[in-house]
Amino acid sequence: MKPNEIQVPREKLVLANTEGRLHDKELVTKPISYFRDAWNRFKKNKASIAGAIVILILILYAIFAPIISPYSVSYSDKYYTYTAPKIFNNGKRTKDLNETSFSYYYGIGVETGANVVVDNEFERRITTNPYGKKIWMYKFKLDTYQQVGVVFLDATPKMYADIQAYQDEHDVQIIYPITDPSKRPSAIANDAEDANFWYETTTLDGKTITAGTSNSEGVREYNNIYLPYSPDRDDPYTSKMRIEGDTPLYAYGQKQQGGYKIRVNYYEYYKYYHSEVLKDGIREPFFIFGTTNSGQDIFTCLASGARFSFILAITVASVNLIVGAIYGAIEGYYGGKIDILMERFVEILSAVPFMIVVTLLKYHMKSSPQVLILFISFFLTGWIGMAGRTRMQFYRFKNQEYVLAARTLGARDRRIMFKHIFPNSLGTLITSSVLVIPGMIFSETSLSYLGIINLNTGDMTSVGTLLANAQPYLVTYPHYILFPSIFICLLMLSFNLFGNGLRDAFNPSLRGAED
Amino acid sequence: MYMIKYILKRLGLMIMTFLIIFVVCFVLIKMLPIVIDVSIGKDADIAYATIKARGYYDPIPVQLVNYIKRIFQGDFGVSVNHPEYRNSPVWDVFVEKLPPTVLINVYSTIFSVPLGIALGIFAALKKNKWQDHVISTGVMIFISVPGLVTAFLVQYVFCFLLGLFPLYMKAGFDYFTWPMFKSMMPAVIAMSFGSIAGYARFTRAELTEVLTSDFMLLARTKGLTRRQATVHHALRNAMVPIFPSIVGEFVSVLSGSLIIEKIFSIPGVGGLYLDSITYQDYDFFMLLSSFYILIGLFAAIFIDLSYGIIDPRIRMGVK
Repeated sequence: MKPNEIQVPREKLVLANTEGRLHDKELVTKPISYFRDAWNRFKKNKASIAGAIVILILILYAIFAPIISPYSVSYSDKYYTYTAPKIFNNGKRTKDLNETSFSYYYGIGVETGANVVVDNEFERRITTNPYGKKIWMYKFKLDTYQQVGVVFLDATPKMYADIQAYQDEHDVQIIYPITDPSKRPSAIANDAEDANFWYETTTLDGKTITAGTSNSEGVREYNNIYLPYSPDRDDPYTSKMRIEGDTPLYAYGQKQQGGYKIRVNYYEYYKYYHSEVLKDGIREPFFIFGTTNSGQDIFTCLASGARFSFILAITVASVNLIVGAIYGAIEGYYGGKIDILMERFVEILSAVPFMIVVTLLKYHMKSSPQVLILFISFFLTGWIGMAGRTRMQFYRFKNQEYVLAARTLGARDRRIMFKHIFPNSLGTLITSSVLVIPGMIFSETSLSYLGIINLNTGDMTSVGTLLANAQPYLVTYPHYILFPSIFICLLMLSFNLFGNGLRDAFNPSLRGAED
Repeated sequence: MYMIKYILKRLGLMIMTFLIIFVVCFVLIKMLPIVIDVSIGKDADIAYATIKARGYYDPIPVQLVNYIKRIFQGDFGVSVNHPEYRNSPVWDVFVEKLPPTVLINVYSTIFSVPLGIALGIFAALKKNKWQDHVISTGVMIFISVPGLVTAFLVQYVFCFLLGLFPLYMKAGFDYFTWPMFKSMMPAVIAMSFGSIAGYARFTRAELTEVLTSDFMLLARTKGLTRRQATVHHALRNAMVPIFPSIVGEFVSVLSGSLIIEKIFSIPGVGGLYLDSITYQDYDFFMLLSSFYILIGLFAAIFIDLSYGIIDPRIRMGVK
């Protein structure tokens, strides 16, 4: 007997398990699929989630803003140009002007009672102008929706009657007394057409100013130059609505060929015209992001441009993904001579700068729509990157055992390529598809900014065109360039954050690295 | 020896690629009808005569041979439609437009390379501290914000609000005077933001990787201070991929930025290219597109080769 041997009496020996046979325990945890795993890791990246949310908001804006907004891209109004955005200060703009300009705006308020110079509040101070002359400067808030004031309008008798009826029904004053043509300013061409000079004026230093003197607070005296009412001329005068204390005193229109020349308060007239005549759903001038130099609504134009950008980018990205994947798959899978030949072709094509492709296409396709040119040029150079990435993925997977197994089982090339290898590389490819979208939108913006591609036709515009049109007004009307800029910045930033997160999520080598 | 052979091979391939693109572009351009703007003045007759004398109505292969022959004599054609440079040789105009483009890009490179690399190094050394987070966030923002918007912002803030610089570039040819330099600055600043962010991100990524490698541990173990190890070992190795990208960018800066040139009205090559599109001046287009293609190809080769030069472990073209 060896010393280390343990003696166990037979009756003490008990089997641990007498019933049945022993198996390994079944796995209780659920298997995590590739995409599930990617999603789990993506969720942890807060910046990417934020990026995704911002992208979603921008896409929703692009889809729904043109639907909700009563305005369209083709809408424009010659009086509501450069109107300040409603979301800042409710469309008011702080102004610092000299007395002439101040009394012009103040006069509008005096006549129409509109809140042009907000609450009639202003600060006055003396400064020296560049010519060494001491002048008063007025700092005040100007309501850009009311600053249009009164405009001249040619009305047919029918129109005139309709407006009168509307006035009486809604208790607003649209038509104001016509001014005496002989007393109107005539020295300055622009001012001769300006209906806001309802008061006596003189010309000083090439400017039309009120003839009245200013009081101690710096407000000028306004003496009206309304045309007196005369029954002989058959002046239109029917409405109950008229200015205070006006027992047939003034003429509310001037007879001319085909009707009357009248003076209307444009803000009220706009409301009337859109709700009663056009019936286009616009109730009052309300421009969330303000208006452009041609009086278009920036909110709608931007959304429409954004929608176009998104549609173009997503379409091109998916076409590139498909074509690039097929090309790259063939290259990568077959390798050898085919690969070298196809790779040479790609190398040559990728050496052509994008700008030159666009230009050549533009030269050759003069009569085709610009969108088509844009699409083709993005496609011609865009699929190359995708092909390269697919090729790399195929080189990586094609010699793995499971592919060999599939081949041994008799799978055809096409089946191996698209059933066995392609799904494995899908994550990487989708990520790079997403990552090219902001670049594409930026290229599109740049091209339309530079004017190489002109997308500003009829009911369509692009962010780049908006930026290009806005640039001259960078200093005078910064709101115009602000919103397209913010949009494009947000878009690029959120796509970059989102794309980075997606790339990390689909990178299996990072699995568990953050924990 | 292998290096020279490799360079020659790359150059040969490059020339071949260039020739193929060049010929395709040439044929595509010559297939278009010749457009001459007759409305501007009577010198349209001169333009017609010039074009006829230069054989622009010959068959395309003949024209191609003639064009290449002329290139070797330094003749790249004449402008026919550009209102400012009508009937003048395109090469002369091109040379005249080159200095502003090159200068602005060179200034911006001089400005952004040291700043970008310094920021990147700083961020890498302070990894995951607040300094790093601030720099990384800034980098992310400036990489994402398009150059277009940066330029507007620079123009608005520096030129208008602060009044430091003029809104647009000064006209004239006195490129090395102070007022001219000052008027170029907004464009340089606008271009630098993106580059600085790019270099900073790249440097940070490379350096953090090098800092965690084994040889750094060895350097510390054999007694070097953290500073010595970083400067002598980490930085040098991190420069391997950074340097080629600087070289590449420096070459490609020649092509300039169409957008920056337009925003700050810089009389450069980019503007000329846009004009050639607007006025359909095909000789301009051929010259400028050849220029852009060559620059692109050269930049690619430079990047490739400088890897081998700066890091002897990388032997290009060896299997």
